[in-house]
Order: sequence, then structure tokens, then C-alpha cells
Amino acid sequence: MADPMKIRANAMGDKVIVKVLMSHEMETGQRKDSAGKTIPAWFIQQVSATHNGKTVLNAQWGPAVSKNPFLEFRFSGGKAGDKVQVTWTDNKGEKRTDEATVG
Amino acid sequence: MKRWLIALFLPLMAAMPAFAQDGDATVKEIEKYRQALADGNPAELWEARGEDLWKKKRGPKNASLEQCDLGMGAGKVKGAYAALPRYFEDTDKVEDLESRLVTCMVMLQGFSYDQARKNPFGGPDVKSDMEALVAYVTSASRGIKMNVALKHPKEKEAFEIGKKMFFHRGGPHDFACATCHASDKQRIRLQDLPNLTKQEPAQRAYTSWPAYRVSQGELRSFQWRLFDCFRQQRFPELVFTSQGSVALTLYLAKNANGGVFNAPSIKR
Ligand code: HEC
Repeated sequence: MADPMKIRANAMGDKVIVKVLMSHEMETGQRKDSAGKTIPAWFIQQVSATHNGKTVLNAQWGPAVSKNPFLEFRFSGGKAGDKVQVTWTDNKGEKRTDEATVG
Repeated sequence: MKRWLIALFLPLMAAMPAFAQDGDATVKEIEKYRQALADGNPAELWEARGEDLWKKKRGPKNASLEQCDLGMGAGKVKGAYAALPRYFEDTDKVEDLESRLVTCMVMLQGFSYDQARKNPFGGPDVKSDMEALVAYVTSASRGIKMNVALKHPKEKEAFEIGKKMFFHRGGPHDFACATCHASDKQRIRLQDLPNLTKQEPAQRAYTSWPAYRVSQGELRSFQWRLFDCFRQQRFPELVFTSQGSVALTLYLAKNANGGVFNAPSIKR
């Protein structure tokens, strides 16, 4: 199973700033291994985030995003103590959800 | 905008030394690039995995590493890395962090010596537990000044061996560490080569390892740094946690004494 994400969420005025680190290989499908064989594509395709259950971000990603990606975004209407959940799904259908409390 | 352009063109510039001649401006822009990266340093993913591994019951004895003595007493992690390598009575050896972790895995968890030294470095399809543990333990020394002791005769001996190794020339290019790391303002392509015989640059270099290497997508330990410089020097492969590797680490760590430890960091 994929390693947990590292999520930090902090209230700043009326905004919440969320910083997410994800553990993922993000293989493009363009690279070859030492034997010359193509390494199959394997990357996060879909990222979504919810604030107290309501969707605040939806993103479609492709193979151009780096390995172990870092995502930062902000949304309004949140405050300390609220829950932020982030989910990614990759092109193999693997999925991971983690949660953080707004500080 | 400029920052991103520079980041994109880095590989290109490496091949065009003339382009980098107005050095300071370039170095400053690279510094900005590093700062932009530092905010979301994936090293934190290794720190988190390492903390789990530290606390998890593993091995034939089904024990965690929480009783491992890194030199500050059993289970004390905070500040331990800033005082390593050091002499340990139970093994009668000078050990760096990696060799001490191997000792603890053998003594506490019952792994064989070979099992404990398996996968020292991560790579494609290989996750290194060692590098994760290193990330966790070193992160607990962030903000603490390097204070390697050099009291015990075996520590003094290791320091002298490390120093000798640093200046020893050999191999097909007749290189020593000193060839690349003992004068000011040297560089290979765009990489500044720190003068590791001088206090300030030695501190800056040592206190920034381990580091997440963006170009490799891996967290790299100090043992890896030495391993790779042996390769650059065209020396025989440096054996992981060997006496020589520990001696060289002790020499460099001692030269960095007084510097504030600030790693795991992030590098190009
Ligand atoms: C052929 C030149 C060369 C030789 C010889 C060499 N290195 Fe290096 N060293 C490098 C390069 C290149 C880097 C990477 C600089 C970068 O990526 O910014 C480096 C980086 C380092 C660093 C990390 C510096 C930092 O600020 O991150 C240390 C420590 C180091 N070398 C130690 C050694 C030791 C010890 C030896 C002898 C075993 C050695 N090097 C031999 C070229 C060399």
C-alpha cells in the first residue's frame, strides 16, 4: 500500500492554506530501464480535497508532475479545528486518502 | 518567472560553462530555486516512514528500536546525530549513525548483520529502510549545534585515519578528496565544491546532509554522499558502514563542530 501523505493545513485570516506531500513514483511511461525495456506509466491522475465533507478542490494530473509531488492550495471559509481530507487516485486505480485538522 | 526559466535551463547551462561566468547572479538564482523547493521537502515522507520503523516491532526478536542507545542513553533520539560518530563501549568501536543502527537491529531486533545492512540506499523498486531511519533520527537534531567529542583514544585514532583518507591520492586519476574539496571557489559544472578543510564551508556542507535529491527522487544519507564521492573519485566501492567510512565521517563531522545542524535538507 502507498505511504501516507503528509498534510499541513493552517488558517490564515479567512483562508486555509493546505500543503500536501504525496509519496508516489510518478513514472511517465517514457523512460526505459537498464535493459532497454519501457517502464510502464504509473502516475496520479485525480486529486481531490474536501473541507468538512465539501469538495474544495478537484484536479486532473498527468505524467508531467514530479515524483513525490507537493501540492499547495488555499480555500476560504475554513477555521481551526476543521477537517481537511485529500484523496489521490492513480492510473492503476490505486487510491489513498489522508486527513488533517486545520491548525 | 525568471526563477522557473533558470530551473528549466539548469541541465543546459551545465553543458555551457561560459554561460555561467557571471557566477554570483547565477548562484543566487539557484539559491532561490532551492528555497522554493524547501517548503515542500519530500524528506518529510522519509522522516514519517522512519519514525514508524523506529517504533515498530520487527525482526526475529519482535522488538522495536525504541531502546536503541545512539549515545545519549537508551531511546534518546533528540540531539543524538549532532554528537555522532562516537565511541560505544558495548561494541568497543567508533560508530556513525548508520553503523549504530545496524548494531541496534542486530542486538535488539535479532536481525543478522547482513540483513541489517541490506538496501542501504533506495533506488528504482527498492525502498531503503535504512535511509528512512536515518531521516527520522537526523531530523531530531535540527537546530542543535554539532558537538563531536574526540575524547576517547579510538575517536582520536578514527579522526587521524579519516584525515589521512581525505588527503590520500590514488586511483586512475590520482585524485584525493582534497583535490576537489580543499580549495576555495572550485566548482564542477555549476556545482560549487565546498572547501571541507575550512570551518565555515565544512559546517555548511555537513549540516545539510542527509538531503532529498530532487534529481534522484530519493533521500540520501551521509554514507551515500561518501559512497558517491568515492565513485566520482574512481576509488574502489566504499563498503557501507566500513571502518573507513566511519573514520572519514568523523573527520568531516568534527570539522563541522559548532555549526547548527539543519537537515534533512533538499538539494538539486
Ligand atoms: C572529482 C571531484 C570530487 C572528488 C575527488 C570528491 N568529491 Fe565530494 N563532491 C563532488 C561533487 C561534484 C559534489 C556535489 C556538489 C553538488 O551536487 O552540489 C560533492 C559533494 C560532496 C559533499 C557534500 C557537499 C555539500 O555541500 O552538499 C561532501 C561532504 C563531499 N563531497 C565529500 C567528499 C569526500 C569525503 C571525498 C573523498 C572521498 C570527496 N568528496 C571526493 C566532487 C568530488
